[in-house]
Amino acid sequence: MLGLGADLLWADMNRLLAFLFHQGVLDEQFLQLQQLQDETSPNFVSEVVNIYFHESEKLLRNLRALLMEKEFSDYKKMGIHLNQFMGSSSSIGAKRVRNVCVAFRAATEQNNRAGCLRALEMLEHEYCYLKNKLHELFQIEQQRALAAGVRYPVQN
Amino acid sequence: MDTDSFVSFDHVSPEDSHEVHVLAVDDSLVDRKVIERLLKISACKVTAVDSGIRALQFLGLDEQRRTSESDGFVPDLKVDLIITDYCMPEMTGYELLKKIKESTMFREIPVVIMSSENILPRIDRCLEEGAEDFIVKPVKLSDVKRLKGYMTPKEVIKMRSQEDRRSDGYVNGGDGGVLEINNKRKLEEQDTSDVSLSPPSTSTLSSSPSVSSPSPSSSPTSSASVLASPIRRLKMTSTD
Repeated sequence: MLGLGADLLWADMNRLLAFLFHQGVLDEQFLQLQQLQDETSPNFVSEVVNIYFHESEKLLRNLRALLMEKEFSDYKKMGIHLNQFMGSSSSIGAKRVRNVCVAFRAATEQNNRAGCLRALEMLEHEYCYLKNKLHELFQIEQQRALAAGVRYPVQN
Repeated sequence: MDTDSFVSFDHVSPEDSHEVHVLAVDDSLVDRKVIERLLKISACKVTAVDSGIRALQFLGLDEQRRTSESDGFVPDLKVDLIITDYCMPEMTGYELLKKIKESTMFREIPVVIMSSENILPRIDRCLEEGAEDFIVKPVKLSDVKRLKGYMTPKEVIKMRSQEDRRSDGYVNGGDGGVLEINNKRKLEEQDTSDVSLSPPSTSTLSSSPSVSSPSPSSSPTSSASVLASPIRRLKMTSTD
C-alpha cells in the first residue's frame, strides 16, 4: 500500500507545516520558497535552508564570542551580525528567529549587556527549535517521496 | 513570437534570444540563492555577485579598468536590470546606484534596490538618485513579476523600434546596446499620459522634492510604475 503511506506522510507534513505556521515559527515566505521548488530545482528549499543553517551557526558563534569578551562587548559588530541574521531569517520565513533578532538588536543599541545575554539565549533556543522542526519536515518529505515511488536524489 | 513583426533575426543568437539578463547584487548567500531562483523561474538570465565592487567589475566600471566611451571598448554585457541589496559592507546599494547613474554607459540600466528595512528617507533617497523601484525584503515572486515590466531585452526593443518606425530617439545600437533602453522609455512615455514624478506623496513624513532626471539627454525615468509600486510595496506601519 505504497500510495496510502505516501498520503499519510503528506498529511503528516502538512500537519507539521500548519503547526509551525500557527506557532509563528514560519511565515508565508517559507511557502514562497516551496513555490520555487519544482522538477527543475527539486531540492531548492532544503538547499537554501541548509545554507541558512550553516550561516546562522556561524553568526551565533560570533555573537556568543563577542558577548563573552571580558572587557567590553562590541555592540556595533553584534548589530551587524544581527542584521545579517535578521535578513536571512526573513528570507526563508523564519519569523520567530527574526523577531528575537529584532529584540536582540534593540538591546545592543542600548549597550545592554544583560539584555543581550538573555536575547542570545533565546535566539539560540529558537534557532535550535527551528532547525529540529525543519529537519523533521525534510525527513517526512523524503519518506513521502520514497513511498510515492519518486526517485529522490540522494544528498551526501 | 508574433508573425506580423518584420524583423531580421540576423543579430540575434539563439542563446540570448529574448531573455532578460539581470545582475543581482547581495552579500547574503541565502538571499542570492533566493533571488537567483526567483529570477530564473521568471525566465531571466541571472548573474549574481556578492558585492558592489564585484558588480562594478562585472560591468567594467571598476577602478582598475575605467571604461569610457572614448576607449571605444563597449562590453557586450547586455544587462537589462540591476537589482541590489541596500545594506552591504564596503559599498552600499546606494553607493552602487550612484556609480551606475554616473556612468554614461550604464546609467540607463534600471536599478532596483532591496532592503529588509522599510525606511522612508532611505527609499526617497534611492528614488531621487534614480532607482527604478525599491523592494522591501523578503522578495517574492510577485515583486519579480513586476520588475519584468521595467525591462525588455535589447532584441525586443529593436523589434519594437522597427515596427513603430519612430525615428525620434531611435538609435542604431549595434554594439551600443545600453542606449536602446532609452528608446524603450521614450516609446513607453509617448504611450502613457504625462505623470508627475514626485516620490510617494502619501508619505507625510517625507518632504523630498520631485525625482529629478539623472541626465539631460534621457527622458524622465519611467512613469507610472515608479509611483505605483513603491507605494504599494511600502508596509506603512507607523512603528517601523
